[in-house]
Amino acid sequence: MAKKKEHSKAGGAREALLSMIKEEQLNSGYVADKAMAEIARTLGLPVSDVYGVATFYSFLSTTPTGKHVIRVCESVPCCLRDAEMIIAQIRGELGIAPGETTSDGRFSLELTNCIGACDQAPAMLVDDEVHGGLTPENIVEILRSYD
Amino acid sequence: MPENRVLLKKCEAIDPGDVDSYVKAGGFKALKKARDRMSPVEVIEALKASGLRGRGGAGFPCGAKWELARNSREKEKFLICNADEGEVGAFKDRYVLQNDPFSVIEGMAIAAYAVGAQEAYIYLRAEYHFLLEGLKRAVEQVKAKGLLKSLDIKITEGAGAYVCGEESALMNSIEGRRGEARCRPPYPPTRGLFEKPTIINNVETLINVPHIIAKGPEWYAKLGTEKSKGTKLFSVSGDVRQPGVYEMELGCKLGDLLTLARAENVKLVQVGGASGRIVPHSMLDTRLSFETILGSGAITVFNESRDVIDIVSRTMGFFNKESCGKCTPCREGAEVMVEIFGRLVKGDGVHEDLEILEDLSHVMMDASMCGLGQTAPIPVLDTLKYFRSEYENRIDQSAFLRRLKVISA
Repeated sequence: MAKKKEHSKAGGAREALLSMIKEEQLNSGYVADKAMAEIARTLGLPVSDVYGVATFYSFLSTTPTGKHVIRVCESVPCCLRDAEMIIAQIRGELGIAPGETTSDGRFSLELTNCIGACDQAPAMLVDDEVHGGLTPENIVEILRSYD
Repeated sequence: MPENRVLLKKCEAIDPGDVDSYVKAGGFKALKKARDRMSPVEVIEALKASGLRGRGGAGFPCGAKWELARNSREKEKFLICNADEGEVGAFKDRYVLQNDPFSVIEGMAIAAYAVGAQEAYIYLRAEYHFLLEGLKRAVEQVKAKGLLKSLDIKITEGAGAYVCGEESALMNSIEGRRGEARCRPPYPPTRGLFEKPTIINNVETLINVPHIIAKGPEWYAKLGTEKSKGTKLFSVSGDVRQPGVYEMELGCKLGDLLTLARAENVKLVQVGGASGRIVPHSMLDTRLSFETILGSGAITVFNESRDVIDIVSRTMGFFNKESCGKCTPCREGAEVMVEIFGRLVKGDGVHEDLEILEDLSHVMMDASMCGLGQTAPIPVLDTLKYFRSEYENRIDQSAFLRRLKVISA
């Protein structure tokens, strides 16, 4: 569990909330109810407040995710470059739909809005890494490179 | 009109991992000049004289914004660099942060000096996490050279939310809250982050600052049009052969930009991302400036093979997902729009839907709390204006197919 972080004078303990939730996400792969309760206790905030923040942002999850999270861009510039074909290919390859996790816990598949890689469309993020210029062929290789 | 690379010059010339290469290329001369030879008020006057307007999309005069914070009696003030480039089709800030982080830091240091901020934040979107290490290293290198003096620059990361590019939602996010928009006034320069006076500038706005200080506002004001000074970075993507970041003098023709990016068989262009204006092929002579159309500078090109209703339907789906949900017109309006576009796409649309779309668009634009809801209906209204026949044909065809089904049943 994350320790209370330093915060600016004006901010108070509150400022640390989002970064603590993110740290929990990073360490455990998701933000469990128990973790939310503990963060709330540490910062002296209501649990509902912590839950509100944890469920607001798309990169945070309150249910377990796979070891690697694939986020395929579904915004218009990527769609113009056949992002749907890429999504279909990944679905076929992993046997899961967006929002699901493979049974071995290796991958979660999600669709996301513009990731600012439109010059390399179609593009996706695997964890923090950007992969652009995706084709149904190179997708297989990229996925294989993640253990 | 060819490219005019002022802001991008250093992106190609320097090593983003080495502050000395930036210094060698003339970096930090502007900061030194501002601190040694200008008072904070003089810096603000120079900014005002330059005519620089915010590059995030809204185009608020930068010098006037700084002056508001400068004049505040509060002791503690904040500066925020908005690096939450979430607009669909925008990637110019990514390019700058990746290739020339020092210009951003120099711009921030000058801004902090001018407004009297001791603490600064760079709010980086979660999607750009891969830029974090480089950015941190750049800040540390500048700090180690003693160039930041007492200014503390923190890098805060978002966690995936388009709305956090909106200034009031962004501040809530830094404060550790849900990224929901705030009611304004008060505006951030009077009461912003942690209720203190706060200046929020886009990455691109900040990298203009060193050029203005180093070469003078008169030089800068010669670039561009009467109300839109300087150059602008454009992120061009979609149906073009050479997508990428282009820098043009403001007032350039959209068509010239498309020629550079090698666009072919253009049907329409979306200028300014999902919330941007729609320009049909017949209007490619339109000049890009704050007087006409500009936004964040995201240019998405669609060729003849693209379906207007499909494009707008996806765009409204985007807004529906990204609405923060705080105010009703935006939250419910986007939902209803998605429902109507779903009908149109599926072939269940009726002519009355178009009137509802228009009415709803105006309600959302008038009554939403922040830029998201206020601009989300723009693609709907613009396509209804320029491509109304496509909507009507689709509805007529759908009605025809429905009748056929009844007959064959």
